[in-house]
Amino acid sequence: MKKLINDPRAVVDEAVAGIAAAHKGLLVVQTDPTFIARADAPTKGKVGLVSGGGSGHEPLHGGFVGYGMLDAAVPGAVFTSPTPDPILAATKAVDGGAGVLHIVKNYTGDVLNFETAADLASAEDIEVRSVIVDDDVAVKDSLYTAGRRGVAGTVLVEKIAGAAAERGDSLDAVAAIAEKVNGQVRSMGMALTAPIVPHAGEPSFDIAEDEIEIGIGIHGEPGRVRIPLEPADAIVDRLLDPILEDLPFQSGDKVLLFVNGMGGTPLVELYIAFRRAAEVLEGKGIEVTRTLVGNYVTSLEMQGFSISVLKLDDELTELWDAPVQTAALRWGR
Amino acid sequence: MALGTGWVVDWVRASAEVVKEHRTELVRLDREIGDGDHGENLDRGFSAVVAKLDGIEADATPGAVLKLVATTLISTVGGASGPLLGTAYLKGAGAAGAATELDADALVAVLTAARDGVVLRGKAESGDKTMVDAWTPAVDAAAAARDAGGSEAEVLAAAADAAEAGAAATEPWVARKGRASYLGERAIGHRDPGAQSSSLILRAAADTAAAQTAAATEG
Repeated sequence: MKKLINDPRAVVDEAVAGIAAAHKGLLVVQTDPTFIARADAPTKGKVGLVSGGGSGHEPLHGGFVGYGMLDAAVPGAVFTSPTPDPILAATKAVDGGAGVLHIVKNYTGDVLNFETAADLASAEDIEVRSVIVDDDVAVKDSLYTAGRRGVAGTVLVEKIAGAAAERGDSLDAVAAIAEKVNGQVRSMGMALTAPIVPHAGEPSFDIAEDEIEIGIGIHGEPGRVRIPLEPADAIVDRLLDPILEDLPFQSGDKVLLFVNGMGGTPLVELYIAFRRAAEVLEGKGIEVTRTLVGNYVTSLEMQGFSISVLKLDDELTELWDAPVQTAALRWGR
Repeated sequence: MALGTGWVVDWVRASAEVVKEHRTELVRLDREIGDGDHGENLDRGFSAVVAKLDGIEADATPGAVLKLVATTLISTVGGASGPLLGTAYLKGAGAAGAATELDADALVAVLTAARDGVVLRGKAESGDKTMVDAWTPAVDAAAAARDAGGSEAEVLAAAADAAEAGAAATEPWVARKGRASYLGERAIGHRDPGAQSSSLILRAAADTAAAQTAAATEG
């Protein structure tokens, strides 16, 4: 294993220190317990948005702290949910009196730790609402699984809910917008290689040189099926079909198309995938009115990507277009 | 022989040792059907617990030590196992109450409350391929041993045996909770890492109780 690290056990602390140093003025990093908050938090009278999860998905979530998006992000150990203490500390730090929304990816650990933190915050008279993001169509949503995972669609929830909070919506209204985005976004990912967790030191799963994993999650947890490597267009079709069937998306829909890199796939390949996905949508009469391409929800150095499609309406489009100023997303100001 | 705070402390130290010793094995099990961090997270949590043991009051009750374990695990482990195991110890501490010694009845009450806590937090049932599949057989076996007039050490030994068998029994199952549930039939043939770590912790309870009993007999 070759990695640009000093000590496997210092990865998160040193990375968070780097984020603080790189984005002074935009955000501040608290330690003991560790969380990343907007430099000007709390904003009086504004709903606070807190998200978090295991590290290794950068820029999610710390890269999305700032004007028009998150008020705080809580990084756990690599691929491990943060504990309730830092989530509680972040919640208290960003409460401007209008309540706090927790945006949680649907992984058992994240849900349990955020749930515990929300209980503790309520005991301190902070009003907390939680939205569980579960956009991954690769997982069957049934009584027999932990439910669909929260993956790349989380970025879209954070951006749009963040804009709603910034324009002064109430906690209930911001939560409703976040639920609406989650209800209208569907995602699916794939991997060409496995990520290597620094302290584990070996790939999270074994995969042959000529194999790919379809339906991968963002922690290197295996996906739906393993198949021989195919050309990019065929892979895009494999991801897009279940996404479009699920909502379902229909001719005449306006959508945001998001092609997300998992960390180890170059942008040039992501654009090849985007080209095909846009072609397929156009062929079905679905209009791509907003786009996002790049590495936003990564899985360490894993090669692979995911596609997310969000059905837009005027309100969601307006909130997507609203100004945002974070380390990883910035427009309009 | 009823077991006091000294036993709880020994048990916790032995748990930390056994988790460290089996760290790689737990990581491997978790890597197969989860995300490969279980051994690392538990090792970090129990190391933090051990660091706090020196600071406990001389007159601390078994329940107070169990509560310290609970809050430390919840704030250091992360993932799903932090809140789940932490809740187990927290509910166990509640069942232990202010007692200074735990007899067979109290041990069964502690184990039962711990299992109920895991079920409440994780909403898993027997057969879902989770740590509940180690805890529930352990609770049942402990109660049966108590009903048969077993000593405290025998109650805990019965619990540990049943937990080990329960963990092994998860191997042929499909998982219905946690990350392994995403794998469907691909989880078949792999032991649940949470059930395995719980069986290790319960074995540490039995071993330390046996050692205390032996020492008392010799002394």
